Amino acid sequence: MRRTAPRTETQQADALQGVAREQWLAMYEQMIKIRAFEEQVNELYRGAKMPGLAHLYTGQEASAVGICQALRPDDYITSTHRGHGHCLAKGARVDLMFAELLGKVSGYCRGKGGSMHIADPQSGNLGANAIVGGGAGIATGAALSAKRRGSGQVSVCFFGEGALGQGVLYEVMNMAALWKLPVIYVCENNLYNEYTHYSEVTAGELRARPAAFGIQCVEVDGQDVRAVYATTRRVVERLRAGEGPAFLISNTYRYFGHHVGDVNRAYYRSKEEELDWKARRDPLAILADWLTGEGLADAGTLEEIERRARAEVAAGVEFALAAPYPDPGEVDQHVYA
Amino acid sequence: MSMPSAVADREITFAQAVREALAEEMRRDPAVFILGEDVAEAGTPFKVLSGLVEEFGTERVTDTPISEAGFTGIAVGAAMTGLRPVVDIMFGDFLPLAMDQIVNQAAKVHYMSGGKLRVPMVVRTNLGATRRSAAQHSQSLHALLSHIPGLKVVLPSTPYDAKGLLKTAIRDENPVVFFEDKLMFHLKGPVPEGEYTIPFGVADVKRQGTDITLVATSSMVQVALAAAQILEKDGISAEVIDPRTTVPLDARTIVESAKKTGRAIVVDEGHERYGVTAEIASVIAEGAFYHLDAPVKRMGAMDVPVPFSPALEDLTVPTAERVAEAARALCGRT
Ligand SMILES: Cc1ncc(C[n+]2csc(CCOP(=O)(O)OP(=O)(O)O)c2C)c(N)n1
Ligand SMILES: [Mg+2]
Repeated sequence: MRRTAPRTETQQADALQGVAREQWLAMYEQMIKIRAFEEQVNELYRGAKMPGLAHLYTGQEASAVGICQALRPDDYITSTHRGHGHCLAKGARVDLMFAELLGKVSGYCRGKGGSMHIADPQSGNLGANAIVGGGAGIATGAALSAKRRGSGQVSVCFFGEGALGQGVLYEVMNMAALWKLPVIYVCENNLYNEYTHYSEVTAGELRARPAAFGIQCVEVDGQDVRAVYATTRRVVERLRAGEGPAFLISNTYRYFGHHVGDVNRAYYRSKEEELDWKARRDPLAILADWLTGEGLADAGTLEEIERRARAEVAAGVEFALAAPYPDPGEVDQHVYA
Repeated sequence: MSMPSAVADREITFAQAVREALAEEMRRDPAVFILGEDVAEAGTPFKVLSGLVEEFGTERVTDTPISEAGFTGIAVGAAMTGLRPVVDIMFGDFLPLAMDQIVNQAAKVHYMSGGKLRVPMVVRTNLGATRRSAAQHSQSLHALLSHIPGLKVVLPSTPYDAKGLLKTAIRDENPVVFFEDKLMFHLKGPVPEGEYTIPFGVADVKRQGTDITLVATSSMVQVALAAAQILEKDGISAEVIDPRTTVPLDARTIVESAKKTGRAIVVDEGHERYGVTAEIASVIAEGAFYHLDAPVKRMGAMDVPVPFSPALEDLTVPTAERVAEAARALCGRT
C-alpha cells in the first residue's frame, strides 16, 4: 500500500543531513511508546480502573515527537487536554504519568491534576491545560521570561485547531510578534473540535491568522515525523537567533474518539475516513517504511524497540496500580506556596 | 521588618507609596517587572507609576496592547519561569476580561501541579465608586477574587499599608490581587523612609473603642473612621478594625474585637449580596455568638450596577452618616 511519501524539499533534506540512525530509532521508540501508553489508558478506562476520562493522542504521535526532538531539554512546552503525547515526547516518565492518571500520590502532580494537568518542570513541561487555549498565555510568558533572562530557551505552545476560536491566542500572538518572543504556536489540526469539523467553525484561511501579525507560518504533514522534525529544527534555529515567533500547522488525525468514552462517532465522521487515515497515513508505519527502505533498521530491530516500549508501559501500569492514593491530609496542601 | 503602626516624620500620598514600593522592590530584585496598558511614559491614567520607566526602562516597565487576558496570561507564564511580574489592570472592572488567566491558570497552577510550579505574580488594580464613572468603571470586585482558593487578596487603606503590603505582595510566592482605592491616590499619610513590610493576614486596629466594632476594608476604612468620630460625640466608642487582606483573613482579631464590644458592623464597598460583608459577618457570628448583644450588621454597596448620576450614585455606597446611624441603632440609641 502506498503511504504519503516523505517530502523531498531541499531545505528539509538539509535539515535531515547528519541525523544519526540512533535518533530516528529513538523517535520510533517514543512514538510507539505513546501508542502503547494510550492503548493502556483506554484499557484502564474500560476496566473502570481510571477515574474520569482521557483524551487519547493515538494517531498524532509524529507531531509531538518530531517537535520535541528538535528541542533542548530545558525548552518549555505547554500542552492540552490531549496531552499525554506531548508529556512523553518531552521526557516524562511512563510510570509517574500512569500514577497521575489513576489519582495516586506517586503521580507527577501527587494525584491532584490527573490526565489533563500533567506538569513536569524538570522536562520543561509547564503543564497540560483543560481550558482550550489555556496554555497560550503561559507559553508566551515563558518565552518572554526566557528572552529577558537571556537563557536561549524557546517555548512551544501546543494546541488543537479548536483553540483558534479563543481570543486570548490572538492577544498573545500580537505581543509575541511585537516583542519578538521565542515561542512556536503549534496548531495540531486533527480536523475536529470535539464533535464538530473545524471547517464549520473556522472562517477564512488558517495561515492568514498568523500572517496578520507578521508571524512566520509553516505547515507540515503531521503524520511524517521526519517532516515535522526537519521543519521544527529550522524554526527553532530562527527562534534562537532572535527572529521572533513562529506558527506551525501540523496536519494530523486522532484515531479514537474525542475522549475514551466517545465510541459512536458516525454522526460526525465516517468509518471510511478513519480507516483511510490509519491505512495510508499512520505515523508509525510511515517511519517504519522509511527506516527499512533506507536500510537503517530491519523488522527485527523495530520489533525489539516495540517490545521494549511495551514492557516499559506494562511496568508503568503495574507501578501505578500498586501505588498509594494521597492521604486525606493532602487535600489542603499546595493551595498556597 | 514589619512595623505595628504608622509612625513617621514624613507624609506621602497613597500613589507615591505604591510607586516607592515598586521602585524599591525593582531595585532589590531584577526579576520584578511591570506589565500593563499605559504604564510606561504615561505612568497609568492615575499617574501612579510616573517616573518608573525613567529609572527602569521599557524592558521592566512595559506598555502592552489593550489585551487584559493576554498580558495577564503572559505574566502567569513569566512567573512560572523565574520572573516576578506586577500586572497593572487599569480598572478593577477589567478584571473579568482576565478572569480565566487569574482564576483558572494563576490560582490553580500550584495545586494542580502538586506543588511543583509556582506563580509569584501581583495583579495591581483598583476599586471604588463615586467618581461619576458609571457602571463599568466603578466596581469593587474583590469579593469575586476572594472566593477563589489559590489567590491572596490585599486591600490597603492608607499610604503606610499600601507600601508595606505591596512589598509583601511582590515577595509572595503566590498570585496576589492588590486593590487600590481610586479615590485614595491623593490621600497623604505617614510613611517612614526606611525599609518595612507588612505581613498578610494581620488586621490593623485603626481606632480603639469599647462599644461597637466597625470592621471596614479599603475605601470604607475612612468612612468607618469618620463614623467613629460622629459616634464619639454621641458617647459611643467605636473600634475600627481593618483586615487589610481578605485572603488570608485575620479572623482572630476581628472576633476578639467583637467579643469585647458585643456589637459589630461590617462595611465594605463591594456589593452586599454574597460579598465580603457576608463572609466577615459570618466569621463574627460563628466566633463571637455568645458575646453578641445585637445581630451583626452588613453594609456594602447596593446590589445595583453603579449609576452615573451623582444623585443616584451617592445612594449606592455606605457613608459615614449611614454607618453612624446603623451603629446607634445597634447600640439602642436611636
Ligand atoms: C474554554 C473551553 N471551552 C470548551 C471546552 C470543552 N472542550 C474540551 S476539548 C474541546 C475541543 C477541542 O478541540 P481542539 O482544540 O481541536 O483539540 P482536540 O480535542 O482536537 O485535540 C472542547 C470544546 C474546554 N475544555 N475549554
Ligand atoms: Mg482538533
